[in-house]
Amino acid sequence: MEFVSPEGLRLDGRRPMEMRQIRAEIGAVSKADGSAVFEMGNTKVIAAVYGPRELQNRSQQISSQALVRCEYSMANFSTGDRMRKSKGDRRSTEISLVIRQTMEACILTHLMPRSQIDIYVQVLQADGGTRSACINAATLALADAGIPMCDLVTSCSAGYLNTTPLLDLNYVEDSAGGPDVTLGILPKLDKVTLLQMDSKLPIDILENVMQLAIEGCKAIAKYIREVLLENTKQLEYRRGV
Amino acid sequence: MLHNKSFAKKTRAGKVTKQLREHYLRDDIYCGAPFCTVCNTSGARLSATASTVLVLDTNVVLNQIDLLENPAIEDVVVLSIVLEEVKNKNLAVYNRVRAICSNPKRNFFVFSNEYHRETFVKEMTGETKNDRNDRAIRVAAQWYQNHLGGAVKVLLITNDKGNKRKASEEGIFAETVESYVKSLDRPDLLDLLVRPASEDVDMEEVEDLRPSKRKVIYSEHKPMSEITSGLHRGIYHQGKLRVNRYNPFEAYVGSESIGDEVRVYGRSNMNRAFDGDIVAVEVLPRDQWHEEKSLSIVREEDEDEDEDVHLAPNSADDAPRTAPQQGSSGEVNVVSSRPSGCIVGIIKRNWHSYCGSLEPMPMPAGSGGIAHALFVSKDRRIPKIRIQTRQLENLLDKRIIVAVDSWDRQSRYPSGHYVQTIGEIGDRDTESELVLIENDINSRPFSSQVLACLPPLPWSVSPEDLSNPIRQDLRHLRVFSVDPPGCKDIDDALHCYALPNGNYEVGVHIADVTNFVHPGTPLDDEATERGTSVYLVERRIDMLPKPLTEDICSLRSDVERLAFSVIWEMTPEADIISSRYTKSVIKSSAALSYIEAQARMDDSRLMDPVTTDLRNMNSLAKKMRSRRIERGALTLASAEVKFQIDTETHDPLDIGMYQIREANQMVEEFMLAANVSVAEQILKNFPLCSLLRRHPTPTREMLEPLLCTAAAVGVHLDVSSSKALADSLDHAVGDDPYFNKLIRILATRCMTQAVYFCSGDLSPPEYHHYGLASPLYTHFTSPIRRYADVIVHRLLAASLGISKLPSVFHDRLQLTSIADNLNYRHRNAQMAGRASVELHTLIYFRKRPTDTDARIVKIRSNGFFVFVPKYGIEGPVYLTTKAEQGSGEWYVDEQQQKIKKMDGSLSYSILQTVKIHMEVVEPQPNRPKLQLTLI
Repeated sequence: MEFVSPEGLRLDGRRPMEMRQIRAEIGAVSKADGSAVFEMGNTKVIAAVYGPRELQNRSQQISSQALVRCEYSMANFSTGDRMRKSKGDRRSTEISLVIRQTMEACILTHLMPRSQIDIYVQVLQADGGTRSACINAATLALADAGIPMCDLVTSCSAGYLNTTPLLDLNYVEDSAGGPDVTLGILPKLDKVTLLQMDSKLPIDILENVMQLAIEGCKAIAKYIREVLLENTKQLEYRRGV
Repeated sequence: MLHNKSFAKKTRAGKVTKQLREHYLRDDIYCGAPFCTVCNTSGARLSATASTVLVLDTNVVLNQIDLLENPAIEDVVVLSIVLEEVKNKNLAVYNRVRAICSNPKRNFFVFSNEYHRETFVKEMTGETKNDRNDRAIRVAAQWYQNHLGGAVKVLLITNDKGNKRKASEEGIFAETVESYVKSLDRPDLLDLLVRPASEDVDMEEVEDLRPSKRKVIYSEHKPMSEITSGLHRGIYHQGKLRVNRYNPFEAYVGSESIGDEVRVYGRSNMNRAFDGDIVAVEVLPRDQWHEEKSLSIVREEDEDEDEDVHLAPNSADDAPRTAPQQGSSGEVNVVSSRPSGCIVGIIKRNWHSYCGSLEPMPMPAGSGGIAHALFVSKDRRIPKIRIQTRQLENLLDKRIIVAVDSWDRQSRYPSGHYVQTIGEIGDRDTESELVLIENDINSRPFSSQVLACLPPLPWSVSPEDLSNPIRQDLRHLRVFSVDPPGCKDIDDALHCYALPNGNYEVGVHIADVTNFVHPGTPLDDEATERGTSVYLVERRIDMLPKPLTEDICSLRSDVERLAFSVIWEMTPEADIISSRYTKSVIKSSAALSYIEAQARMDDSRLMDPVTTDLRNMNSLAKKMRSRRIERGALTLASAEVKFQIDTETHDPLDIGMYQIREANQMVEEFMLAANVSVAEQILKNFPLCSLLRRHPTPTREMLEPLLCTAAAVGVHLDVSSSKALADSLDHAVGDDPYFNKLIRILATRCMTQAVYFCSGDLSPPEYHHYGLASPLYTHFTSPIRRYADVIVHRLLAASLGISKLPSVFHDRLQLTSIADNLNYRHRNAQMAGRASVELHTLIYFRKRPTDTDARIVKIRSNGFFVFVPKYGIEGPVYLTTKAEQGSGEWYVDEQQQKIKKMDGSLSYSILQTVKIHMEVVEPQPNRPKLQLTLI
């Protein structure tokens, strides 16, 4: 199938190096300590963060650092008629783990020993790239909750179809079965915290695709920073400082 | 950038689901006109001086693609919505349009109107998809007019009346194709136009005026919904229609749902289906099945007659059926065991363009220069095609290409349109060109992009090559090549040294083509597409450009060349002790022909080093050969002929069988060994993405004709394994020397062809090469003329760590499609080679009617097929004249494979030698054929 036309346009009218439209909103769940909604095109994810708080299960207590827990789920309505996923299946367990590990890498857990941080992410609408969107939403929610982090983790996916590296695959491109690289970086520190790939890719092409994904992550980081800044300004204004 | 969401409902597997897709509308899509002041003109394709810009409607692209391919049509804007519609309706046409659009010489510009902010249209409620797309086309045309201003006229070309009317109402210039082409004042273009199907037009205009002719000839095709439900319920059966090569009135549909072939007799049962169409067939009630009367050969002249003549008795079949049928013909009404059927609908058309000529006819008077003519295809399986032309006098004596447009119920023949003239009938170049076109062989010169990939000439081995650590310097070795005389593309050379320990070092050096052909370059793409060089009698169509083929890669004598070498250490018993693969630099000391090499070996006085090497190699080769035969390798034979061509006129002077010498077998043996060695090496390193060659074991049914023939002449063949077959072929010695070869030729014909495949697609037991009795085989030794060898070279280099594996190999689907293309190209190259031989045979015998001996190879009810060993020709001999057909004077004894006269005075049996007279006759104008008659 032709995913990139000879004119250089993808099926949805983007060019290979273009991301979908992104939108972020902080404070979607007022009961939580921090929350955010993150959208990449038609993919829409909500994240809520509780903590740092007292451990619910004492036996899990770690004396040197905070316990980070993550729960990922997909809303039943998120995929329309495509499929119905029950909670706790292999895929969501895996994604929960991925998000937990990625977030743990940037939270300064040693500052909060004997406490726990809960991250809940739920996919409201899925159109490819849910993993990346979840990480971005979780970052925003953590920042909103005021949890100390060494950097803002951002994530973006990239693929390789029709011998062209493509940024931010949507569902149609994702289900083409080609290579799909999900990357998470710490943009300020220039470090990779997550790298996953489906399918196979020659190493030199992987580097190109990864470079593209890094660009994408940085663009998202810039946007997230703007959103946080805007949010902080509003908080400032409300306090009347 | 604007963001918009389009909603679409889509059915998948019967379920209706709602699909949501993003659709981004952009500002950065440009109009493609170089004179545009607003847009970025870097990607502009339209010509700078365009006064009229054409915007095409979908129906124009779909139907008039032949016209669009003509360079007279220029400055065309192809809208992305049009491309999308075309792609959904006809992928072949889509590919052709894409090819035009990507051709830098044509001014075709693709405008992505669907993604442009100002030309995107949203579906309105109550509007059909079609109407919406038509509107989108009009909006885009309007946008172009506004965008480019008054200096340029934007013309919408549409054959849809509704669309044209609406366009005019909206103030867009719109014209039909016909009126536009007429305005160009080019009569030759008018012939390229496809006539609208005759339902739309006044009947009298298209057909001749005789009212009696205007009756319905064919029954109607069932609607698609009915066919689908019929297929579900098992009333209809789906399959590909294959028309008999020797009898266009008989066809088969191989259907999986029945598990047998359904026969279709006669044009009315075939109901307008073409060879290769996917059809739905209904099996007729049992009493209407055509009885399996003895098979006969149909004469070419019969075609012109009324259909009833052909219906029943004339069915020539490729393979004789086993149902024994003795006694007189006609009266005994045995019902056939094979189902007969009639075609109820065509699921997928296999129409393409066909080569042939016009049926001679007198020039019609008047009618505005438009003449209706009948086109006769060279391929007998294709019915005549009715065309309209304004240049009849030009076309009558020409070979032309015609495309089929439609076939409606009222006309006996399909209607089509003229596409291209090839040249004059009977002209050797024209006929050769025809052979190439029929076999889809690209004989165009290499493009400048391809030639740009070549290294600068004159080329010689550079110091970098010599100092390259991966390349071994083997210039000191005494290497030589043995090839057919006059061979310019020498891709293999050999060396053989006696080692101090009594063993031999044998090397096979193959031209290092991959050093010059790099993956992903235009040169590589072109070679992938061509797949193989094609050898015709008088010319060669190269896979790679000539400088590579004949100079840079060719391992000529006394020049340094780059090679890929396989070096073995062999015992004097020809056991391989070790093998080594390396890139190398060699300097061939002699380029011998087979004849020279043979003469050297035979001349006992010669004791020079090269001759000694030759003798050593020959003795090794003989041992390898006998071992291979012991393993069960088949020695098959084919009737290869060789022409002597006049250097001036290029006409054939003489033909004879190709002689095989010991030297040929020697070289062949080492090449086989090299191929097997390399196959093992690459498979070991790349078990999933190696390109190998396999030869499937023939099934018993395939060998049936051979067994039948053999049994009739009293030879028992054991086909249980290739070894058993090889042995029994060896024992099949008749009373004359040619007998054995004839049996081998017949055996060869029963086998399927060897094919390339990707090792990941099959399981290891299936890799087996039956003919060579080798578990693994590939092609490594002729990279100059076969692309498969280029791929294998790359695999081998990667397995040695010399280079990286190109990305193609990571994609198994792509590799499989390359292998399929190679098989297709190889088959075509072979067919073209044969057709070229046939053509030259015809030219040769045109001036020389000859009497000669022939052998009967197939018995039919009204004659038999003979094979002429001396010239490698096969053809039918008729025992009955047309007038007395079916008079039952002759009858066939199936078991004995004999044809006898009723009174017993004369009989012919299979493999019998008969004397025949060969002469070129022209029963139908422009279809000369070689006629064989008994003397």
